[in-house]
Amino acid sequence: MQEKNRNAVLTGISKVAKNYAMYIALGVIFIVFQILSGGLFLTAYNFTNLVNQTGYIAVLAVGMTLVLIICQIDLSVGFLTGFLGACTARLLLLGVPIPLTILIVVLFGASLGLLQGFIIGKIGVPAFVTTLAGEFAFRGLLTLITQDIGTINVTNKTFKGISQGFLPALFTIKIGGTEFHGLSLIIGILAVAAVVFLNLRKRKEMKKYNLETGSVPVMIIRILFFSGLIMALVILLASFQGISWTVVIVAVITAAYHFVLNKTKIGRHIYGMGGNVEAAKLSGVNIRKVLIGVFVSMGAMAALSGVMITSRMGCAQPTTGTGYELDAIASCYIGGVSTSGGVGRVINSVVGSFVIMSLINGLNLIGVGISYQYLIKGIIFVVAVAIDVRGRGRKALG
Amino acid sequence: MSEYILEMRGITKTFPGVKALDNVNFSVRKGEIHCLVGENGAGKSTLMKVLSGIHEYGTYEGDIVLDGEVMKFHTIRASEKAGIAIINQELALIPELSVAENIFFGREILKNGFMDWNETNARAAKYLDMVRLNVNPQLPIRELRVGSQQLVEIAKALSKDARLLILDEPTSSLNEEDSANLLNLLRELKKKGVTIVMISHRLKEVVEIADSVTVLRDGATVCSMDQANVTEQKLISNMVGRELGTIYPTRSASHKIGDVRLEVKNWSVTDTKLERQILKDINLNVRKGEIVGLAGLMGAGRTEFALSLFGNTPGYKLNSGTIELDGEKVRFRSPRDAIKKGVAYATEDRKKNGLVLIQDVKFNITFADLNRIIDFGIINGSKEIVEADQMKTDINIKTPSILQLARNLSGGNQQKTVLAKWIFARPNVLILDEPTRGIDVGAKHEIYTLMNKMVEEGMSIIMISSELLEIIGMSDRIYVMHEGMITGELSAEEATEEAIMRLATNTEEN
Ligand SMILES: Nc1ncnc2c1ncn2[C@@H]1O[C@H](COP(=O)(O)OP(=O)(O)OP(=O)(O)O)[C@@H](O)[C@H]1O
Ligand SMILES: [Mg+2]
Repeated sequence: MQEKNRNAVLTGISKVAKNYAMYIALGVIFIVFQILSGGLFLTAYNFTNLVNQTGYIAVLAVGMTLVLIICQIDLSVGFLTGFLGACTARLLLLGVPIPLTILIVVLFGASLGLLQGFIIGKIGVPAFVTTLAGEFAFRGLLTLITQDIGTINVTNKTFKGISQGFLPALFTIKIGGTEFHGLSLIIGILAVAAVVFLNLRKRKEMKKYNLETGSVPVMIIRILFFSGLIMALVILLASFQGISWTVVIVAVITAAYHFVLNKTKIGRHIYGMGGNVEAAKLSGVNIRKVLIGVFVSMGAMAALSGVMITSRMGCAQPTTGTGYELDAIASCYIGGVSTSGGVGRVINSVVGSFVIMSLINGLNLIGVGISYQYLIKGIIFVVAVAIDVRGRGRKALG
Repeated sequence: MSEYILEMRGITKTFPGVKALDNVNFSVRKGEIHCLVGENGAGKSTLMKVLSGIHEYGTYEGDIVLDGEVMKFHTIRASEKAGIAIINQELALIPELSVAENIFFGREILKNGFMDWNETNARAAKYLDMVRLNVNPQLPIRELRVGSQQLVEIAKALSKDARLLILDEPTSSLNEEDSANLLNLLRELKKKGVTIVMISHRLKEVVEIADSVTVLRDGATVCSMDQANVTEQKLISNMVGRELGTIYPTRSASHKIGDVRLEVKNWSVTDTKLERQILKDINLNVRKGEIVGLAGLMGAGRTEFALSLFGNTPGYKLNSGTIELDGEKVRFRSPRDAIKKGVAYATEDRKKNGLVLIQDVKFNITFADLNRIIDFGIINGSKEIVEADQMKTDINIKTPSILQLARNLSGGNQQKTVLAKWIFARPNVLILDEPTRGIDVGAKHEIYTLMNKMVEEGMSIIMISSELLEIIGMSDRIYVMHEGMITGELSAEEATEEAIMRLATNTEEN
């Protein structure tokens, strides 16, 4: 009997761990840094900074999620991002208008993705090799394009605004001694309303067709948890300068990808191909086209990431992009993408990238040297994935 | 000591949302062959997994009593130590390793810390001899036919000194000859004192070989009977809980077979890996509303024919041949292309290339024809649920809901899911490869009824099957293949078991 109780408790815990492992990790990181930094970590200023810092990795993680779902990998996105960021700076320097610059860079990124996808899908060189080669090549291109001037500075205010600017407040609300950014609060409330609405609608649909629904308390806890999370985030941001354009970009991209993955044919094909490539082929999926499409999207995301990092730093440097691919991949795994493919959600990968960046931000804040940063990052990464994998019964060797 | 070697008492096993076993009692006498039968999803495999420690102690309720002693197995290893060996529904051999390596996998024979190959091969040969399999122990597994692989599995079990041998549907993928061999072997093992538990949907062989039979239904024991009392009819009525009329349903009298829908001419194919011509000059056709059987022994090239036809499978090179669809010459550049043109192929290997196991049932059912659930480019969730649920009911997939992951279904229900996927896609020509492998009698009847309904609505079906009775019972016309060639065509009236076997083995009438 005792054993049975113990089992029940264990499954209970593993269920929570399964769904919220990432958030638990995030919570722990927040608390630890808040204490170690003497309260500096969770100030509105630093938090805003952290969110903006996450943007360019989050965008990469979104693209990478698809790549990993179909059991491929892209090691080239680090320097691809750096290179495309430098292209952006160059074009702006030449006086090309901002929208046109972004368009050109995104198309260029997509076509580089197309090239790699073609080499993998049509010629048949494994992704690991192809994109490793890409990493070398793009590094070379980045060095070439920055060779003559080294750091390419961008002074255009509007362009910098992409990653450094905020939504207009429209109005402010004063509570206590703090002024809150009005529009941000409204957006927060709308987001919470959306969470509630979507949860209820799903439940109603499941009920209608007599499909199993979770218990009501579990749903309420889930709604409260995510609403609370969103509101905490928004209030913290609103007490400073509000929601930044970075957040808007990441949110739009994530929503779009989430929609495509879950609500369209191509999404089904991606999941199906990741789950069983043979079955997908015999079910009429054009697996080459899907693969190439996924790499094209990855290229485009790298371009967007490049634009964002150039805008954020106000310049492009010969070393920009170093290690981004690893941060992006780590984000996905922390977010629960399966290492054997077929499973993964972009929203979770974005939260995963937030976990990674919190770690980097916090370690910087408390003045930990770069060597220790890598060490700690490695340890946290493997621990986070270990919790996730065990929670989901997805151990490496079954 | 009691006469029972094994008693499982009050076994209950629950998965999230499913009570797979509900207070099951199961007793096996020493030295007997005990068959376990029941519908798909009745809980047979689960019961054996509980017994062999795959579902470990503590995850189920009840007792396993072996030789009067309560056992608590936490791993397969532990059950093996106690003398139990299980051969699962899906074979667990490693294709790239040799026969000998597979037999001693995980229990490698070492000398001074290194592999002792001589001893390994010699001992393997001894066990191969016991199962009457005459192959070189150094041959890689992938070069053996399924029937021989099955024997290797048994040799492996014997090498573990098993006293209790469990076989989960060992004959489902064997042809008649290999099945007969296997049954003979089991009888021999019985004489040597090995106790055997066998799960099977082939009731004929159950009647033939069992000393006693236990019937499971919906996770509960219905009855146990001794050989003297066992008849097929009795088994069926206990399994499905009602009397079942004839198993092959008749088509409506008004049904008319139409014009030729698909015609294949001079189809010759080389396997580029084996560098061997595997199909020679195949000519066949199927008409609108017709079921054409494709009979033959395992390895006659029927699956290869379907795969090469279905669109450009890598590894096959087409030497000659044309396809005509409704009188028009076509080429299928890929499976996708074939599906678009209305030809579909339901594979025989549900795990390898039939299902996306980590996705749920509704995902799998709708996967081959997403357009049916898409409105304006967006998947309509409600439509998907309604349609998938309809298929689940039509074809009677036994699972609590269409949200269940495919990998959690019983073997037979996975098979039904593959069929559901293709019936959902409504092709004009459907090639079914061993459609009822591992499917229980009741469900077979449902699938046959469904096939009839489909052809009555105008579909054409090519059914590849190794079960003669099924081919004879369902086909309007039968082609028989032997070693990559069509050796004959039989009308429904001409089709008898003897006639088909004669063509399948290509022996002259005498
Ligand atoms: N891992 C699992 N998770 C959830 N449900 C499961 C799991 N394994 C089995 N089941 C369910 O338990 C029931 C019994 O399955 P089991 O595989 O024992 O059936 P079976 O009698 O062997 O059928 P078949 O003849 O089709 O092989 C089925 O309803 C199945 O869906
Ligand atoms: Mg089974």
